[in-house]
Amino acid sequence: MTTSGPDVIHVEDLEKKFGRFVAVDRISFSVKKGEIFGFLGPNGAGKSTTIRMLCGIIKPTSGHGVVAGHDIFTDAEEIKGSIGYMSQRFSLYEDMTPFENIRFYLGVYSVPLEEWDDRIEWVFEMTRLQDVRHRLARELPPGWRQRLALGCALLHRPEIVFLDEPTSGVDPITRRHFWEFIDHLARAGVTVFVTTHYMDEAHNCERIVMINEGSIVATGSPSKIIGEVFPDRADADLNDVFIRLMARRNE
Amino acid sequence: MNWLRVREFVRKEFIQLFRDRKNRHLLVIAPLIQLLVFGYVVSTDVRDIRVAILDQSRTRESRMLKDALDANRTFRITHYAGNSTELEEILVSREVDLAVKIGPDFTEHIRRGDSSPIQILADGSMSNMASVRIAYSSLVLDRFNRNLIRELYPERIDYGKIDARIRTWYNPNLDSRNFYVPGIVAFLIMLISLLFTSMAIIREREAGTIEQLIVTPLKPVELILGKTIPYIMIAQAQMVMVTVFAIFWFSIPLQGSLSLLFAATCLFLLSTLGIGLFISTISATQQQAMMTTFFFILPFFMLSGFVFPIANMPLVVQWLTYLNPLRYFLVIIRGIFLKGVGLEILWPQLLALTVIGLIVFTCAVKRFRKTLD
Repeated sequence: MTTSGPDVIHVEDLEKKFGRFVAVDRISFSVKKGEIFGFLGPNGAGKSTTIRMLCGIIKPTSGHGVVAGHDIFTDAEEIKGSIGYMSQRFSLYEDMTPFENIRFYLGVYSVPLEEWDDRIEWVFEMTRLQDVRHRLARELPPGWRQRLALGCALLHRPEIVFLDEPTSGVDPITRRHFWEFIDHLARAGVTVFVTTHYMDEAHNCERIVMINEGSIVATGSPSKIIGEVFPDRADADLNDVFIRLMARRNE
Repeated sequence: MNWLRVREFVRKEFIQLFRDRKNRHLLVIAPLIQLLVFGYVVSTDVRDIRVAILDQSRTRESRMLKDALDANRTFRITHYAGNSTELEEILVSREVDLAVKIGPDFTEHIRRGDSSPIQILADGSMSNMASVRIAYSSLVLDRFNRNLIRELYPERIDYGKIDARIRTWYNPNLDSRNFYVPGIVAFLIMLISLLFTSMAIIREREAGTIEQLIVTPLKPVELILGKTIPYIMIAQAQMVMVTVFAIFWFSIPLQGSLSLLFAATCLFLLSTLGIGLFISTISATQQQAMMTTFFFILPFFMLSGFVFPIANMPLVVQWLTYLNPLRYFLVIIRGIFLKGVGLEILWPQLLALTVIGLIVFTCAVKRFRKTLD
């Protein structure tokens, strides 16, 4: 799993202030095409704020940023067609069926009508939700709803998907399936930008950025980061790194 | 603007709206029930006046007076009192609307050629009704007097007098239902369009589904259209339903043009949907939206001329009513229903609705877009 494509996300000195509170403190990083990029940090570290800036939901205070070739300051609207976003909380319509949700998002992403049938079948196959296509989303187990949410985020074949804690509240088997699927996506050339709390999951990322209190504390591949933080411990894992780095800041 | 997006959004709104069984009832059956109930209840017509009589004279003339009252279909003598105290008690206990007291020397005065006083007591707690009842009783007494004069002075030569022949236009039987039912139609349309738009937007915010919409290329204007078009369609469908019901059930005449009615409804909806949007920007929960809606609706209702004539209001309040879209829509809907007037008469109201609608809607949209950022 090596990728050396062009940068699809490039961020320099990106800053977001809410009043006097600095949520994201001049961070810089870049993500390459087809990469699985992990964005790690404790609650309140600025993960969601960063994702929201990259998705064009909120405007950054200062810095530079380009996502899928569009400037996040001036072209925020243009970004939206090239990205998929799956939020932490299930944010599709619970009182509609998977089919109706998919249909709605095909419309919202203005996918050409002649492609609808193929896309619908593709999503159902990928998410394995064929049998419940006409059940209400609210009646589905959380893991299935996550799959539906992911399916809807990919309907328009985005270049980049942002997954904000996609596996929180999901059982281990579904989580494994989920990561297999993310792998599969990356192989197909989709860039995956994922945030997570689970350090075992972070091993699936090619590169990770650890963020705490709005600042980046570590960057690189999981093994590189472990080696840097614990040069003399062979048995250390990302969990140890996470605890060490986050504790350091809080002292 | 992408019409595919708007179309799918509208479809989604309809799916959600009708998936909820409560909404189905609320949208279809509730307006009919309200129209039915209000149509019967909201009536200020005086059709039945109950009268108690204390006759201390007990003569042919006093009997003639009683007969004159009884002969009138509006009056119904229900009680005969034995003395003044009893008469007053009957009135106080609200068993009758009017109490008539004929004194012991009633006939003597008449025979002497004097005017003979009788006392009529009315229950004034409902001032409007009381004045109508008093007016009716004066009418009966006038006729009685004329008959009496004709009888007492048979050879008296009448000199020429005015004979007023009164015709009421537009509502020949002065049926108050004809006045109120079109108003109820207007009010129902306002209530539904206002409440449902604000709720529909806040529901997305409460459920967090708006977050997913914001990361799509959906534009604010498309979102607003998607949220308002369904309610324009529903309000118009209700307009048809309620109008048909008003015509065939209540026999309210529809004199004017249906197409003008629908065009005017569209203009009216511009304001109500605008206010609905506005409410959605200032409320965080559906409950708040509901409370705020009622906060708006009450003054709209009171200051519209629906029940209380605008001409009777203090001047400052009268100016305020010019800001009320319902005021204009009531004139239009009553004009179309009862008078059959068209554009040539109603254009000032239509113009006012357009101006208010455009201003309200534009401001609401501006505010709404801000809250999305």
